[in-house]
Amino acid sequence: NLNEEKRNLSLGGHVGFDSLPDQLVSKSVTQGFCFNILCVGETGIGKSTLMNTLFNTMFENEEASHYQNGVYLRPRTYDLQESNVHLKLTIVDTVGFGDQINKEDSYKPIVDYIDTQFENYLQEELKIKRSLFNYHDTRIHICLYFIAPTGHSLKSLDLVTMKKLDSKVNIIPIIAKADTISKSELHKFKIKIMSELVSNGVQIYQFPTDDEAVSEINASMNAHLPFAVVGSVEEVKVGNKTVRARQYPWGVVQVENESHCDFVKLREMLIRVNMEDLREQTHARHYELYRRCKLEEMGFKDTDPDSQPFSLQETYEAKRKEFLGDLQRKEEEMRQMFVNKVKETEAELKEKERELHDKFEQLKRMHQEEKRKVEEKRRDLEEEMNTFNRKKVAAETLSLSQPLKKDKDKKK
Amino acid sequence: MCKTINSISSTKKKKSKKIFTNVKEKQYVGFATLPNQVHRKSVKKGFDFTLMVAGESGMGKSTLVNSLFLTDLYKDRKLLNAEERINQTVEIIKHTVDIEEKGVKLKLTIVDTPGFGDAVNNNECWKPITDYIDQQFEQYFRDESGLNRKNIQDNRVHCCLYFIPPFGHGLRPVDVEFMKALHEKVNIIPLIAKADCLTPNEIKKLKDRIREEIDKFGIKVYQFPECDSDEDEEFKQLDKELKECTPFAVIGSNTVVEARGQRVRGRLYPWGIVEVENQSHCDFVKLRNMLIRSHMHDLKDVTCDVHYENYRAQCIQEMTSKLAQDNRMESPIPILPLSTPDVDTEKLIKMKDEELKRMQEMLNKMQQQMHDKEQ
Repeated sequence: NLNEEKRNLSLGGHVGFDSLPDQLVSKSVTQGFCFNILCVGETGIGKSTLMNTLFNTMFENEEASHYQNGVYLRPRTYDLQESNVHLKLTIVDTVGFGDQINKEDSYKPIVDYIDTQFENYLQEELKIKRSLFNYHDTRIHICLYFIAPTGHSLKSLDLVTMKKLDSKVNIIPIIAKADTISKSELHKFKIKIMSELVSNGVQIYQFPTDDEAVSEINASMNAHLPFAVVGSVEEVKVGNKTVRARQYPWGVVQVENESHCDFVKLREMLIRVNMEDLREQTHARHYELYRRCKLEEMGFKDTDPDSQPFSLQETYEAKRKEFLGDLQRKEEEMRQMFVNKVKETEAELKEKERELHDKFEQLKRMHQEEKRKVEEKRRDLEEEMNTFNRKKVAAETLSLSQPLKKDKDKKK
Repeated sequence: MCKTINSISSTKKKKSKKIFTNVKEKQYVGFATLPNQVHRKSVKKGFDFTLMVAGESGMGKSTLVNSLFLTDLYKDRKLLNAEERINQTVEIIKHTVDIEEKGVKLKLTIVDTPGFGDAVNNNECWKPITDYIDQQFEQYFRDESGLNRKNIQDNRVHCCLYFIPPFGHGLRPVDVEFMKALHEKVNIIPLIAKADCLTPNEIKKLKDRIREEIDKFGIKVYQFPECDSDEDEEFKQLDKELKECTPFAVIGSNTVVEARGQRVRGRLYPWGIVEVENQSHCDFVKLRNMLIRSHMHDLKDVTCDVHYENYRAQCIQEMTSKLAQDNRMESPIPILPLSTPDVDTEKLIKMKDEELKRMQEMLNKMQQQMHDKEQ
């Protein structure tokens, strides 16, 4: 074993490897970034408007109908650029969520979609010839869950859905259309929502506090969850500025005014501070969990019964042998079955043949018997006829000779 | 079979009124005091009104009721958690209060429907509500047909306020199903709840969309009666505005705030104050005027003359058809009681005759044969 003791050395001058992060950054900028957002919320709650507001673009979207039979996911990919940074953004919408009268199965399409993206990545990872570096990663990095601003608590559907998603994706709950809740109501509402999530064991995404540079701001933001947001793409003149806002008869709600809503906080957290962490968490935590479960399902293990480490190759070989063995066995079984069936049918046919033969013999005998009887009858009949004829002849001769006889008698 | 009368007041108005005026002899008879007498008697008797509120939890129903009747009916209620609501069933809860204004007494009953639309599976969640309404009709029907009709309690639901969420693009399947299940049993007034999350443009768009969908799905919501032709123009204009404003976009509030130097019911936001009774903020005033100040009695009339009568007619028809069925069960000989026995016995007689004939023939044959043989 190599002596693994590390020693700290001091440098005599500037070497220059402090440029490593810059090299990394430069490489990743060239590569471009990829970010996938899943928006879950009922129809009309403001998902599309919020996306437009967050990214300051008009993503194309038609108003969804309330009468879908079920929930389906609609992913849309856009190429955005800011400064020299390219972002491949995919926004996935849940169309029809919350509209059905029976919503027991509403979470399924969402879970299936997330799993499918993990599966696709896993397949790529397991390939022999793979190209992960230019693979378009479609795994969901963040799920924004839109809560309706009832002011009371979560809806039953919200609770059920978030419980199904919290082990598969980073969830940030947000209160949508928050301009209908007053400040005091909002405070109570937020507390109620968080306590319901905690008491039901729902794991939402926590902004990381281990990195010194951002721990303070992240910690304070964690306390503001769920973010109460208002979205708008319309601009209103306030004072001498034009801002994105919603104009009401009683006032103007400014989207980027922090005392009006938490939009700015959401944008900070989601895009400006923690986007990379979200990607990392998705890969290191949620994807790894999926991969482990999937492989365990297939029978892979990390250590064999003797606690010696197994390699993937060995396990794969073992599985392959097992599979081929299974295949062979099945073939044998089928062959055997086929042979048995043939024998059975053969036996049946022989039996039938024998029966037929017997029947034939029997009929033959009957026929002969009949024939004999008929012969007998014929003979009898012939005899009768002969007898009759003889009698007839006798009678005739008698009748002819009879008068003579009488005469003879008379003469005597 | 059962005719559904949609509006009775329009037929009333069509009858022409002959007005006799005695120009020559301006002698005062005195029946012009009848309205006063009616007024006096009704004040003495007091009024009653049953209002049902329905809609998902969190739509502001209780707040609106408090705002409408300027009282707090829901002091100590307990709201359920999300977890408890997953499999929640719909309950019916009645609150009855006696309120008085200028000597006029009103016994107000609010029928609450907590749990509606809150579970994950809301199949037929309106059934307890329709059952409740039918039960009240049934009870009234029985009382009305009873011998002692002095103190009949009228618990029939006179009006149902249905709260549509303002977050969507129009009616949702559960809204449509609910209203279709109830529109022939009770006067439905659809409302857009929590309207302070919609800008004026959005409100207009949503109202148009909802009106369209109500037509498309054939939902019969409460229709305001037509104006009298001899009402003044101002009233007619107001009436027209009222009708074009439906469904009303409402906001309610349990708190009083200071706005423009006055203390009003409202909601305080960082960006402004929403005044519940400000007509440019929402349609609360229109709803209140319509529900309480002008159309309360019409709502009761339509309930009694249309919905209840439909129920009653249907009930009686069901009973008579059931009786007819029972009658049929008892005797095997159906509809025509007299002619059938004859037909049957005749048949029998015929049959027997034929048999006899056959036997006679056979007998003759045999006799003949024997005769031949003897010979």
